[in-house]
Amino acid sequence: MIRILSVLLAGLITFSGNVSAETLLEDVHFLIPAGPGGGWDGTARGVGEAMVKSGLITDVSYENLSGGGGGRAIAKFIETAPRQKNTLLIGSTPLVVRSLQQIFPQSFRDLKPIASVIADYGCFAVHKDSPFLNWQDVVNEYLKSPQSIKVAGGSVRGSTDHFVIANAFKLAGGKPRDVVYIPYDGGGKAMAGLLTGETQVLSTGLSEALEMHRAGEIRILAITAESRLPDTPSLPTLKEQGFDLRFANWRGFFAAPGHPDAHYDDMAHTLASVINTQAFYVVRARNGWATLHIEKDQFYQFLEQQEAEIGTLMRELGFLR
Amino acid sequence: MFDGLILGFSTVLSGHNLLLVLAGCAAGTIIGMLPGLGPISAIALMIPVTYGFDPASGMILLAGVYYGAIFGGSTSSILINAPGVAGTVATSFDGYPLAKSGQPGKALAIAAYASFAGGTLAAILLVVAAPYLASWSLSFQSADYFMLMLLGLCLVSAFSSKGEYLKALLMTCFGLALSTVGTDLTSGIQRFTFGRMDLIDGISFLLLAMGTFAMSEAILMVLRGHDSKIDDLKTSSIKLCRDEVKTIAPVIARSSIIGFFIGVLPGAGATIASFLSYGLEKNIAKDSYQFGKGSLKGLAAPETANNAACTGSFVPLLTLGIPGSGTTAILLGALIAYGIQPGPRLFVDKPEIFWAVIASMYVGNVFLLVLNLPLIPYIARVLTIPRTILIPSIMFFALMGVYLVSFNTFDIQMLVIIAVCAVALRLFGYPMAPLLLGFILGGILEDNLRRAIALADGQWSFLWERPVTLALVILTTLVVVGPLLKYVLKRR
Repeated sequence: MIRILSVLLAGLITFSGNVSAETLLEDVHFLIPAGPGGGWDGTARGVGEAMVKSGLITDVSYENLSGGGGGRAIAKFIETAPRQKNTLLIGSTPLVVRSLQQIFPQSFRDLKPIASVIADYGCFAVHKDSPFLNWQDVVNEYLKSPQSIKVAGGSVRGSTDHFVIANAFKLAGGKPRDVVYIPYDGGGKAMAGLLTGETQVLSTGLSEALEMHRAGEIRILAITAESRLPDTPSLPTLKEQGFDLRFANWRGFFAAPGHPDAHYDDMAHTLASVINTQAFYVVRARNGWATLHIEKDQFYQFLEQQEAEIGTLMRELGFLR
Repeated sequence: MFDGLILGFSTVLSGHNLLLVLAGCAAGTIIGMLPGLGPISAIALMIPVTYGFDPASGMILLAGVYYGAIFGGSTSSILINAPGVAGTVATSFDGYPLAKSGQPGKALAIAAYASFAGGTLAAILLVVAAPYLASWSLSFQSADYFMLMLLGLCLVSAFSSKGEYLKALLMTCFGLALSTVGTDLTSGIQRFTFGRMDLIDGISFLLLAMGTFAMSEAILMVLRGHDSKIDDLKTSSIKLCRDEVKTIAPVIARSSIIGFFIGVLPGAGATIASFLSYGLEKNIAKDSYQFGKGSLKGLAAPETANNAACTGSFVPLLTLGIPGSGTTAILLGALIAYGIQPGPRLFVDKPEIFWAVIASMYVGNVFLLVLNLPLIPYIARVLTIPRTILIPSIMFFALMGVYLVSFNTFDIQMLVIIAVCAVALRLFGYPMAPLLLGFILGGILEDNLRRAIALADGQWSFLWERPVTLALVILTTLVVVGPLLKYVLKRR
């Protein structure tokens, strides 16, 4: 019923949207493999909203199907692929991680990767009263005594929050398995864990930490982007501090397998168009997302490369056998 | 501060927004009444409606939906023993027996008054204590949360009637065991999933609550057979006599304070607040044997604390951007979608939103009371529906409620199996409440304990190193040892 009602409501709202001349897709259905309110949900709804507002499509609907870390939605998507012509499934780096961990048997190869749209970079932050002023300070302390640096993260052991920081310590010459990673139930609670002083460092997504940094409650010591970001020029990258670690948590869309290539091209074109619209710019700015547009075959290669990198790393860290 | 409140009221009391509070409360109440649809679903449903509103109006509507859904949720707990959200489980402990004994109108009225009082007192506390709340909400560490959960478990553990302690204890442990199903947060390893994808996220609260409470109750109603006559006049009566008001007034006052301050803690929330206040009232009451059999105090306490905690949960959300519960997490998502990033600067940058939400609490609580009191006599008549219709309806709503959240047929099978097991256990006198309590608190208890141990490098010293933890340890010990000591001293 939630689904039906939300489709109805969404339909009512989008009714007022104007139609553009070059309509490639009439309507798009977003399949979100998680409950409402999370990052996947917000991205799918944000992109859908921008698509309708800019007149790229006339109708949009959303479906939340949680369970199995996203596995249930993926299984259903593949099973019902012939009926899912205009459906886009949202995914992100955890999709790659979870299929490596064999939480679900499918991987991005079983789907049709259309395009990555945005990225959230990882960041390491400390409390405002922390003695650590830059990432090197943290590393020095870690090399002296790994036990004294407790790292808070918003997800389970072996998740991106964990292996990004483990990799950072590895690059500094430490033993990645010595990292004391303290998992919390969500990025918000991990932030609370840093603020109460029980942990010394927070490893999380930049978008989740930025507001507290701006408010002066925490200090972001490093981000995992390739170079400084235009929206946050004051935040130093890990790379410029001498640690060559780049990590982007992409968020992108997948189509169901078995449809004609021309249709996938239409989908990719719609996604490429929406990125350049004013409506998407507004959505992107208010959420603090960075654009990361990679499409079709390049996206596939990007995923293969990320899978290989993360797989190697996770094996070294002992998260995978 | 009062300037802020005036600003907030002037925003809320403008015609448009006033209508939104009303609409939100009404929609929330209706959605919340359906078993299975709690505040999370209600807010998720309403978020698309708010796109295009200005942020203050959107938040006012959603806050209204939140209060309404919490309020409506207690209705299904009281009338058909089907708590759709964890926060209203404790409400069903005494609310359902009271309703079943022929006074559903009174039970619902007490819930309405308690919700109103809890929500309003908490909103007053929020304004008065505002400057200290942010630091209070960050004063609890993992070790303290662990002890808080343990205290909650100990306070309420003696659920059953006399001589059934062992059974209650057994069921609590069973509930704790069930909470370990799924992916372990600390190690990332799957436990007791038998390789099934359906169990990776654990057993859902809703499924267990519907199975052990609503479904098993409906099956037991069939098994027991006899039809108790319900007096129509008494059914719809919502009047409280002066003595009854005198009994519940101090309970409401205490529970508001507990509920609010627990609600402010991002790692606790409405569920723990309702259990703690229920447990506290049970332990200090002279007529504690009445608890679980339709005690007015036992109904008022969790219902007040639940609502007070919901108000309190806005503190970490708005001042730190930290959601303490699933519901506030989705509110955070909505705020971000409006282009507002909650945090310490919200109060300064966008005071109109901050204060509008707080003012909407006062207005929303008044609306809920005004809206619902006249309706209670009609809602209470649900129980006069013939059993041949009522029992299948309860089963239908329980099944639908579970299915509509997950769209997974596996959940339906599991619900039926759990319900049948629960019936068997109940026929042998095993209480279900401790099972659900153990299940709800188990997950958070374990995560916090393991975090605390990891933070203390594997030492147990965290139990006495910080004053807050130590105080909770002493309190818990007293709760456990106290009755024993009393018993021994009495014997001499």
